[in-house]
Amino acid sequence: MSEFRTELKQVRGLGSAHEGTHHWWMQRITAVALVPLSIWFVFFLEAIRGVDYLAVRYAIGQPMTAALMLAYVCAVLHHAYLGVQVVIEDYVHERVAEVGLLIATRLLFVLAALTATVSILRLVFLAADPQ
Amino acid sequence: MAEFTLPKNSKVRQGKHFPARAGGAKVRRFKIYRWDPDTGENPRTDTYEVDLAACGPMVLDALIKIKNEIDPTLTFRRSCREGICGSCAMNIGGTNTLACTKAIEDVGGEVKIYPLPHMPVVKDLVPDLSRFYAQYASIRPWIRTQSSPPPDKERLQSPADRKQLDGLYECILCACCSTSCPSYWWNGDRYLGPAILLQAYRWIVDSRDEDTGARLDDLEDPFRLYRCHTIMNCTKTCPKGLNPAKAIAEIKKAMLARHSL
Repeated sequence: MSEFRTELKQVRGLGSAHEGTHHWWMQRITAVALVPLSIWFVFFLEAIRGVDYLAVRYAIGQPMTAALMLAYVCAVLHHAYLGVQVVIEDYVHERVAEVGLLIATRLLFVLAALTATVSILRLVFLAADPQ
Repeated sequence: MAEFTLPKNSKVRQGKHFPARAGGAKVRRFKIYRWDPDTGENPRTDTYEVDLAACGPMVLDALIKIKNEIDPTLTFRRSCREGICGSCAMNIGGTNTLACTKAIEDVGGEVKIYPLPHMPVVKDLVPDLSRFYAQYASIRPWIRTQSSPPPDKERLQSPADRKQLDGLYECILCACCSTSCPSYWWNGDRYLGPAILLQAYRWIVDSRDEDTGARLDDLEDPFRLYRCHTIMNCTKTCPKGLNPAKAIAEIKKAMLARHSL
């Protein structure tokens, strides 16, 4: 009724975006990846309980541990970002706030992933060269 | 933002009370949402006491009895009284269902009746479903083919293919599922909702339809389809016992099947 536009005109809107499947699929893939990775992470935390700081740094610096840690952190952050994005799209309907939040969260999650990656790689290089 | 509280002019107030005549054998209280656009007043809930000894077994029987014998201003839609037209869909005892197939004795305590949630109200229990119907029209819900029909017979379908439509063709578009879905409440302007997606799937799986790809193209959208977060209210509330959530999952699987993983 509003502004003499038919309901059908409003429902059709700008048409289909022809996307969304990738987002949905990545949410599933990261969720599946997180099942074994989370179990591994809990076991790892248990294994390093009471171990001194340098030994933990050395442990995380081992190639297999570092790779699993990287996979875990990246899967968590990717999965979390996809989820937060959906929450924002669901609930924030002022366009400026919505776009601002989507950009801000994406940049924050990328920064978090980069920080984690650099930190873990740093431990790998420190473990390889203990000087 | 999504609306978590009602606007001031929609806050529901306590309304009138219509007590039963003395000597009623089996009196039950019905608390019913009332709103009249002509008065400019806030919505209210009126309480009616009905003697079930002199009333049919279904909630719709009680509504008709109230309208006939207690308060003729009570407004609601109804037609077939056997769960096939979908007109009397409303929220009864906190669940969207059809008043004609919901037995009064299956509702505990006071029978609370509201219109379908989060839709504009026309009057009392009558929601404005214009957008819902436009969404149905938007999926172009009829057989779309390029091949001409056989000249001497109907388009045939194997029994196995016909079976694919079971659990889909029974949908009466009462809108109980769509209006029970939080995603549809918050994003109903862009999300098609469970009822329309079930109907869309009914044509996607139809072996005689030749426009499957175009149908999927129209649905492949972060809002039209992917606002479904498998909350499952739709399946829980469907008065026909159908499973819109499964139909939506099947659409998502069809989307995946045409992509490289």
